[in-house]
This record gives sequence, C-alpha cells and structure tokens, in this order.
Amino acid sequence: MIKKRTIRSIPQKRTPVRELDPKVRVTNFEEVNCGYTEPEAMLESERCLFCPDPKCIGGCPVSINIPAFIKKIGEKDFRGAYDVITATNLLPAVCGRVCPQENQCEGVCVVGENLEPVAIGRMERFVGDLAIANNWVNLPFIEPAKYRIGIVGSGPAGMACAADMAKAGCDVTVFEAFHLAGGVLRYGIPDFRLPNTVVDAEIEKLEQLGVRFECNTLVGRLFTIEQMIEELGFHAVFIGTGAGYPSMLGIPGDSLNGVLSANELLTRCNLMAARNFPDVDTPLPLGKHVVVVGAGNTAMDALRVCQRLGAEKVTCVYRRSKTECPARAEEVHHAEQEGIEFHWLTNPVEIIDDGAGSVAGMRCIRMELGEPDDSGRRRPLPVKGSEFEIETDQVVFAIGTNANPIIGQTSKLKLNKWGYLETNAELMTSIAGVFAGGDIVTGAATVIEAMGAGRKAARGMKAYLGLRDVGPVNDAATLFGIDLSEHNFNRIRA
Amino acid sequence: MTREDYSDVTYMLEIHHPLMARAAKPGQFVIVMSHREGERIPLTIADFDAERGTITLVIQAVGKTTLEMQQTCRAGTSLYGMAGPMGIPSNPGSAKKVICVGGGLGVAPVYPQARALKQNGAYVIGVLGFRNKDLIFWEEKFRAICDELIICTDDGSAGLKGFVTDGINQALENHKDVGEVVAIGPPVMMKASAEATRARGVKTMVSLNPIMVDGTGMCGGCRVKIGDEVKFACVDGPDFDGHKVDFDDLMIRLRRYKEEERVATERWSETCRMRMVDGKVVPLPE
Ligand SMILES: Cc1cc2nc3c(=O)[nH]c(=O)nc-3n(C[C@H](O)[C@H](O)[C@H](O)COP(=O)(O)OP(=O)(O)OC[C@H]3O[C@@H](n4cnc5c(N)ncnc54)[C@H](O)[C@@H]3O)c2cc1C
Ligand SMILES: Cc1cc2nc3c(=O)[nH]c(=O)nc-3n(C[C@H](O)[C@H](O)[C@H](O)COP(=O)(O)OP(=O)(O)OC[C@H]3O[C@@H](n4cnc5c(N)ncnc54)[C@H](O)[C@@H]3O)c2cc1C
Ligand code: SF4
Ligand code: SF4
Ligand code: FES
Repeated sequence: MIKKRTIRSIPQKRTPVRELDPKVRVTNFEEVNCGYTEPEAMLESERCLFCPDPKCIGGCPVSINIPAFIKKIGEKDFRGAYDVITATNLLPAVCGRVCPQENQCEGVCVVGENLEPVAIGRMERFVGDLAIANNWVNLPFIEPAKYRIGIVGSGPAGMACAADMAKAGCDVTVFEAFHLAGGVLRYGIPDFRLPNTVVDAEIEKLEQLGVRFECNTLVGRLFTIEQMIEELGFHAVFIGTGAGYPSMLGIPGDSLNGVLSANELLTRCNLMAARNFPDVDTPLPLGKHVVVVGAGNTAMDALRVCQRLGAEKVTCVYRRSKTECPARAEEVHHAEQEGIEFHWLTNPVEIIDDGAGSVAGMRCIRMELGEPDDSGRRRPLPVKGSEFEIETDQVVFAIGTNANPIIGQTSKLKLNKWGYLETNAELMTSIAGVFAGGDIVTGAATVIEAMGAGRKAARGMKAYLGLRDVGPVNDAATLFGIDLSEHNFNRIRA
Repeated sequence: MTREDYSDVTYMLEIHHPLMARAAKPGQFVIVMSHREGERIPLTIADFDAERGTITLVIQAVGKTTLEMQQTCRAGTSLYGMAGPMGIPSNPGSAKKVICVGGGLGVAPVYPQARALKQNGAYVIGVLGFRNKDLIFWEEKFRAICDELIICTDDGSAGLKGFVTDGINQALENHKDVGEVVAIGPPVMMKASAEATRARGVKTMVSLNPIMVDGTGMCGGCRVKIGDEVKFACVDGPDFDGHKVDFDDLMIRLRRYKEEERVATERWSETCRMRMVDGKVVPLPE
C-alpha cells in the first residue's frame, strides 16, 4: 500500500529531461527534447498527489484521466497507462510533445501551486513513444456498420474523427490535398519538435484500423461536399481543413522578394524537404539576417528553422511583451538557448526596398502596453518618435491565419462573418450529415483541441447515423465497477 | 499517359484521371509532382475530355522539373502526384464578341476558354502569338472553334509579323463591338495586352502565373497585387482583371528563385550528363 503522498513527501524538483546541446542542435534537425527514460518517468510519477478532485483533468481539453495513467506508470504497467490515455486521446506521442501544457493540464495541477507542476506531458509522451516502439494498438472488436464516411483534411481533427468512425465499424476514407497526410503535424511543426516518424506511426495505426488515405485530392474542386453526399455515396462527411490562409501585415514593402509567410517557409522546409536542396527540387533561399514577425508557436518554429538552415542572425519581433507571447513556454526557452534575439514590444511599420525588389531592412516602432483589450491582454500602443531600423534581408510573417476559402467557395455551407464554418453544438454544419471541427471552425487553436473536436463530431455523426457509441460506457477506469487492470479476471492478487 | 512533342521545348502530356476530367473547367490548373523528391509545379489544364477521362497539359521545358519531365514522362508512365483542378474557373461572361489571346505557351490554356465561349454562342476571334513558324501548335484546333483567327510571329515567318498586341489592335479596329478580351501568356505579353485595351475600355481578363507551392491558399507565395488588394492567385484567381493587376510586382516576384533554379538545372544536367540536341535529350559527349 502506497503511503498517502503530501506536497512535502514527493520529490520536490521536476525530473529534468535530457536535451540536445544548443550548440550542436542548431546545426541539425534532430529532436531537441529527448524524452524521459523508464526510470525518469517512474520517478516523475511519484510527484503526483492523486488528488481526490484532480484539477488537471479539467485542464485537458479531452479530459484524460491523468492521475490514473500516472498511477499505472508508477506501477510499471505502461500498457495499462497507454490504455487509460487512449480512452480519450489517440495521439499521445504527438500531444505529449506539442500541447501547451502550461496553459492546460499542467497549468492547473495542484502541485504547481507550491512547486513545479507534475510533468504530465513528458510522461504522456513517454507512454506514447513506448506504444509506437512496441506497436501497441487498441484494436477493438469492430462490427461492420455499412456506413461510408468521408473525411476532408488529414490534420489532427480529421485523424481523430476517422479513428472513431472506423472503430464504430464504418468504412472511412480520408481525403488530403497534399501528397502526404498529417496536416500541420506534417507541413508545419518541424522535425526537431515532432519527428515525421511519429506522424507516420500514428497514420499507420489508423490504417490498421481500416482507414484509407487518398492524397492529392482537393475536395471542393475535384468534387464538392454536396457531391460526396449526393453522388459519391458517403453517408456522412467531416470537414477538418484547418485555417491555412496566412495573413500579411499590410505594411509598405510586404510583397518584396524575401518576404514570405511562415507557412511557406515551413512547408518548403518540412513537407518539401527544401533543406536538402539541391538534392530535392524545392528551393528555400535564406537570408543572412532573418526577422520573424510574431511570437506564437509558428513564429518559434520559423525562427528555429532559419537558425538551423544557417542564417547568421535570427531575430524575433513581437508587438507585446514576453508575458503575452502565445507560444509554448518550452519553445521560447529553447529559442533563447539557441541564440535567437528577441525584440519584445516592437512592431514593424515598413519593409525597406533595396531598389531591386528585395528586402534591405525593416523599420520598426517601439510599443508600450495600455489597457487590456477584449482578449484580456494589454493592448500594445506605439511610442511616438521611437522608430528605428533593423538590418535584414529576409522577413517572415507569422502573425496568424484566416479561414481557407475553398470549401466556402464551392459549397453552400453556412459560414460566419470571418469565413469559418458554422456548426451547432454537435458540430453539424448547415447541411445535414456534414460535420466540421478543428481550426476551420474555431480559428487557429491547438492540436489537442482539434483532436477533441474531431472526436466530438464523431459522436454527433454516430448519433446522426443511429450508431450506438461503442466507447466505454462507464467511467473510463472501471467496467461494471471493476477496475480495468483487473480485466483478466483469473489473475491472482498479490 | 500519352504524349506528343510540339517543338524542342514544348510537349503535351495527356493524363488519365477520370474524376478530374469530369470536374475540370476552363481556366483551372493542376499541381504536378513528378517524383517523390520533386517540386510541386503548377500547370494549366489546356484541355480535358470527360468521356475519355483525360487531362491535357502543355508544358514548356524551362528548368529542372520541366526538363526532367520532358525526359521521363513517356507514354504509359505515371506521375507521383497530380492534385486539382485548382483555382476559380473562368467565368465565360455574357459578351457577344470576344478576343482570345494566347502568347507562346499561353496558347494552350486559352483554348478551353475559347471553346467554352464558342459553346455559349459568342463570336470568337483568336489571336495567337509565336516567336516563329516552327513553334506554332494547335492552329487547327483553334480554326475549328474560332470565327476568325489571327496568327502573329515575331519574325514574320508566318501570319502577321509582330506581337499579339498588333493582332489585338487589328481585331479591335475591325470590330468596334468587342465585349471582352481574354489574354494568357508570359507576364510581359499580358501586360502589353492589358495596355492595348485599356484606352478603349475593353474588359480584359488575364490568367496569372506566380510561383506557387501548395495551390490551396496555405502559403501565400502566390500573392499578387490587384488594385489596392493582395490576393492569392491559387484560390482567389488565377483569372483577374488585367487593368488592375500590378504586373511589375508579378515580374519581380517571379525572379525570386532564379539562382536556385539555375543551380538545380545545372546540377541536373551534370548528373544526367545530358543535353538537348535537335529536340532530343542526349548524353553529353565524354
Ligand atoms: C507552425 C505551427 C506550429 C504549431 N505548433 C503547435 C503546438 O506546438 N502545439 C499545439 O497544440 N498546436 C500547434 N499548432 C496549431 C495546431 O497545429 C493546429 O491547431 C492543428 O493542427 C489544427 O488541426 P486541424 O486538423 O484543424 O487542421 P490542420 O492540421 O491544418 O489540417 C488540415 C488539413 O486539411 C488539408 N486540406 C485543406 N483544405 C483541403 C481540401 N479542400 N481538400 C482536402 N484537404 C484539404 C490540409 O492540406 C491539411 O493537411 C501549430 C500550428 C502551426 C502552423
Ligand atoms: C497557374 C499557373 C499555370 C501554369 N501553367 C503552365 C503551363 O500550362 N505550361 C507550362 O509549361 N508552364 C506553366 N506554368 C509555369 C510552370 O509552373 C513553370 O514553368 C514551372 O514551375 C517551372 O519549373 P522548373 O523546375 O522546370 O523550372 P525552374 O527552374 O523552377 O524555373 C525556370 C524558369 O521558370 C520560371 N518559373 C518558375 N516557376 C514558375 C511559375 N510558377 N510560374 C511561372 N514561371 C515560373 C522561373 O522564373 C525561371 O525563369 C504555370 C504556372 C502557374 C502559376
Ligand atoms: S493531451 Fe495535452 S492537455 Fe491533455 S493531458 Fe496530454 S498534454 Fe495535457
Ligand atoms: S492535479 Fe497534479 S497532482 Fe493532482 S492528480 Fe493531477 S497531476 Fe496529480
Ligand atoms: S500557392 Fe500557396 S497560397 Fe497559393
């Protein structure tokens, strides 16, 4: 019997995780965070207090039973931990790496009130990686349901919906416009943060569930959403096309050569592997001094990619201060370690032309924080007369994205005033049987939220088709009141 | 796939893709990847045949990818990937009399538009420009659908001596009631065509060809200036009002990857030890 843990009895310090040396890693695309080893994960599991009212669960968008899986790790029952996590989260190896934990599960962890919070994400990743290494899949008994489901977009939202519908026995096809599946996980987030092998493994699991992927298929243009239902014989459709359309700043000079969106930079580098140019055909010319505008995850990725591609100096320009910056704390920390220069409270006003249509520099203005705005963050205001110039020959915008217009252009689906798809509480759109979720509904958000939306839409879809939800009916950890770890009933208790 | 060569540098591929052949409309394009490590290149759908299930592309070998495809895309082979149709289809409009202008390779993509206009009952005047007589292709195809056809060659070796703008001016002189001009070709040619019609106030649609990556509105690489607005050619176009397009901006942006393109092409021809002789790719002499 474990003694009741208290905040005083648990290991006071978070178990550190091994990371590649900043000096070495800026020269390659290997993953920076090496992940916990088995003893490290077990040690960290001792820091969880198994709260009777676990706050962490409420902080996770898909309500993983966090203390239950941590307990399994402590018991060295890693497969059991995997089963607990995958009852709600299909992509533990991905989410453990990319969730903004400090704003979600770890942000509300009780231990965090006095000490550093329990490293939930790192433990989750440990379990996810182990599952990939050992090829664990929770293949349920699938009863064919004779329904055909079409999924548009292969990002986390589409993947999650596909998995749930396949588990419900449906014949699922995922359509992806690119030549490779994965959405932002593939083209956006670079290898040093989320290796493509992890994405491949997750997609392979879906294929084992019977999901088919049809790449190079631009839905809307090759066939419309309406045609999927009326002519192609899909009984229900899920749209998870993401929010790709990048914003430009709209300042003088933003169409100069050498100005590009972070999406273009990252797509060239990650999806098209332009970092290996000229071994591959897609080029990615890089400036000597790159300035990235913005400070979200996308901006951090762009900064660190440029550093790795060999830019001499990489600078981040952001109009608010470090406190308001929306990127994951770990990424900002890693970027700083890697020698990236930050100009907080700075806004670009003009990109300077070298006279031949390329970038020669950027004029900026200093900002100060005023009253809080609608988002609750303090509004940045320009400081008069504080303009100055930064030397640069390449500018990357990472200032957010808008709704992709293709589905709106080609279907009668109802959009809201920003061009995102409108849905009801079950995530059904204005066309019966057509559901939507992820960034195309909410605007740019997080991987786990997109995944949660995909699963929610799958629930709505099952209700619409009259399928019974085959997921755990009882509390995830017990079945008929019997602990799930006891499901092989003939085991003799120690 | 089947193939036909029109000249040393121009070749036609007909690709079997029944679903796309059904969906394609004039003015749209596809993104092709010839192999796994290849670049995604945009190519206009020059023709489509829903019954036979084919998409026709007419390609000019200008750099690494298009040269390599000229060598590897043979009848019976397949492409690694082809996505589309992309872009907003052109709107044939209600004009009763239309001039369809194609310059060089632009001759191919203007064809489906001319055909659609003809089917809509318009009087179609074709103006096709080539550098010289040897580069002419699809003349018969156009004769079959045009009410009038003016061929221009830069050197006068066939048809009218001069640029397409001379052909446009001639047509506009003869027909005061032209309602619309559709011009497709290199940016300089489209710019000149738009200038030629601006004074007369004839609506002119052009099809822009900026550098693209995804073709789905995701990267912003294809952005163009239309009046005061920034548009993404792959999802907001590729057709725009020629009188509003900032062509100088487009031309500057097209030079973006010049150096890298040169590197890729040189490296490719070195490793392949190939070069072009009389329209055929042959090994370099030792
Ligand atoms: C660079 C970057 C870094 C990020 N970092 C993090 C992070 O660290 N943590 C985090 O939680 N979140 C992060 N995010 C946000 C997160 O990735 C997204 O919120 C999430 O991926 C949204 O998932 P989705 O399934 O809605 O769409 P996406 O992942 O965008 O996938 C949409 C897919 O649909 C395809 N598609 C689009 N239109 C069509 C069509 N018409 N037909 C067929 N296919 C189509 C697209 O090609 C794409 O593959 C990051 C985003 C970016 C861009
Ligand atoms: C909407 C659209 C439709 C197009 N339709 C056709 C077509 O029907 N047939 C055809 O042969 N070509 C077409 N193009 C151009 C074609 O995409 C380029 O020729 C091709 O990408 C060149 O690739 P490359 O590797 O062979 O040459 P590269 O080595 O990449 O480039 C060689 C030369 O081509 C120019 N170039 C590169 N990319 C483009 C581009 N996207 N657009 C225009 N010029 C470019 C470069 O400036 C350079 O001068 C179209 C382009 C667009 C955007
Ligand atoms: S999915 Fe994300 S938010 Fe939920 S527990 Fe895992 S790391 Fe935390
Ligand atoms: S809030 Fe923290 S300590 Fe409490 S159960 Fe969750 S992870 Fe454990
Ligand atoms: S090609 Fe990427 S947005 Fe148009």
